[in-house]
Amino acid sequence: MSKDILKLTCRELRDSIAKGEIKSSEAVSAVFERIEKYDGQIGAYLSTYKNDALGKAKEVDGKISKGKPVGVLAGVPIAVKDNMCTTFGTTTCASKILENFHSPYNATVIEKLLAADAVIIGKTNLDEFAMGSSTENSGLKKTVNPWDKSRVPGGSSGGSAAAVAAKMCFAALGSDTGGSIRQPASFCGIAGLKPTYGRVSRYGLVAYGSSLDQIGPLTANIADCALLLNVIAGHDERDSTSVDEKMAPVYDLSAKIDEPLKDLKIAVVPQLFEGADSEVVNTVKGAIDIYKKLGAEIIEIKMPHFEYAIAAYYLIATAEASSNLARYDGVHYGHRTKNPADYIEVYTKSRNEAFGQEVKRRIMLGTYALSSGYYDAYYLKALKVRNLIRGDFTAAFEKADCVIMPTSPTTAFKIGEKTADPLQMYLSDVYTIAVNLAGVPAISIPCGFDKNNLPIGLQIISPAFGEEKLLRIAKMFESQTDFHKRRPEL
Amino acid sequence: MGQKKIDIEQVRQVAKLARLALSDAEIAQFTVQLSAILEYVEKLNQLDTSKVEPLAHCLPINNCLRADEIKQSLGTEKTLANAPQKDEQFFLVPKILEEPGGL
Repeated sequence: MSKDILKLTCRELRDSIAKGEIKSSEAVSAVFERIEKYDGQIGAYLSTYKNDALGKAKEVDGKISKGKPVGVLAGVPIAVKDNMCTTFGTTTCASKILENFHSPYNATVIEKLLAADAVIIGKTNLDEFAMGSSTENSGLKKTVNPWDKSRVPGGSSGGSAAAVAAKMCFAALGSDTGGSIRQPASFCGIAGLKPTYGRVSRYGLVAYGSSLDQIGPLTANIADCALLLNVIAGHDERDSTSVDEKMAPVYDLSAKIDEPLKDLKIAVVPQLFEGADSEVVNTVKGAIDIYKKLGAEIIEIKMPHFEYAIAAYYLIATAEASSNLARYDGVHYGHRTKNPADYIEVYTKSRNEAFGQEVKRRIMLGTYALSSGYYDAYYLKALKVRNLIRGDFTAAFEKADCVIMPTSPTTAFKIGEKTADPLQMYLSDVYTIAVNLAGVPAISIPCGFDKNNLPIGLQIISPAFGEEKLLRIAKMFESQTDFHKRRPEL
Repeated sequence: MGQKKIDIEQVRQVAKLARLALSDAEIAQFTVQLSAILEYVEKLNQLDTSKVEPLAHCLPINNCLRADEIKQSLGTEKTLANAPQKDEQFFLVPKILEEPGGL
């Protein structure tokens, strides 16, 4: 029985639970059986909440047996990245500085999941404070790729992606500042969506790069992606960057999910294929051919400023991070050094003892970029280039409905392969970062496998607030292929 | 090119600004790594941005104001719950004014 439950999509499970065919408590037990069996090898979770989850499941089952109304995720076991605040358990950001932090409030997305009757089963591993592309920067745990345990799951939402791929949850939430949902989704062979900046409230998401951060779903298929986005999207007065309904009307993004787009125009950027592995390039070209067969028109364009995205990003994101992470002062919460000589050492030693190397490196870079004498040359320059990059997307969307490219230049790399050289790690984000700078939505979906049986991701990028079309475009591909149904042997 | 984009003394100064008590080994390592990164970001200077406005974020939103009404706050107990050192009402820190060399 439990094996069959794990084969269901979120929608199917929700429907079966609502009809009383399956109990939520059975689904939760099936997922925990799986976690107990495999997460020792995978390391996706930083914390799990079996008793709370079973409690919530029984509450949902009780409502259903009494014929009471339930939410759209009724009884579905969901995982969340551990940089989203929860009143239960800890919220660590995979950092030693927050190892014992108990949030006094829930993030808005957590409230929304609970209001939709989802069952939150655990919190997943990440690169410390979401800074990284492999989850190797976690200060608390190692996560491996379920497809090949000698490889990284991607990052920073590596725990969420690995948990979905290994069927240790039915779906998960991640956050994406420069590719942190899409790249791990690509490496783990699942779907991952970064919504438009402003679509989802970040209240209670621990801040990294505030002009770039966005929360989104990681799921086994496109319909589930739409289902989760429906739940978490919407205006929140507690996040001044979440947009109101005038700018982003709230409606069911999955209502037309099975309707192909007529007269679909897809832009591709030939110059961008040059830096990717040949297997990735060939597979993505194969995916584009599938769209051609479905009647799409393919338009070749140039995006002349795309190649400057990494340089701009690592100034803007680190500048914002250096400011956001100033709050970890050893005074209000988090780690404090023992026996400081004076009050300055409360700051300097607490921070130095508990932050990992990548976090320190980014704080240093950001502090430098914002410091007197360098602000114009680095930070301001990067903001101007950001405008040019957004202009490339604006021009692209005048010609086409979406832009398609690989999600990552390679498939999942080996653990330890890029940790010695931070710049090499940064360069692995070449296709995802520009999207955050432009604030537009993008999805990664599985589009094939390389010779090592590692998943390859297809990235589809659409205009701001165009998620409904984006999901339909992704669904057109998914309906022609079965890559999304493949799961690793554990 | 050739010359380091950032030297050890600058890295020390940045660490001070960032309130990080980096070890000498970390200072040395960051000097090398930050130099490499700064050299890479030099490529931004290939672009003429003299007529480009900076873009801080992508939304046409400016100030978001709410009505000036008193709302529920966390309260003292919850606010202090995670404090490394506290008494019943306050966060506790080492004395500031009596420290020699203090600001």
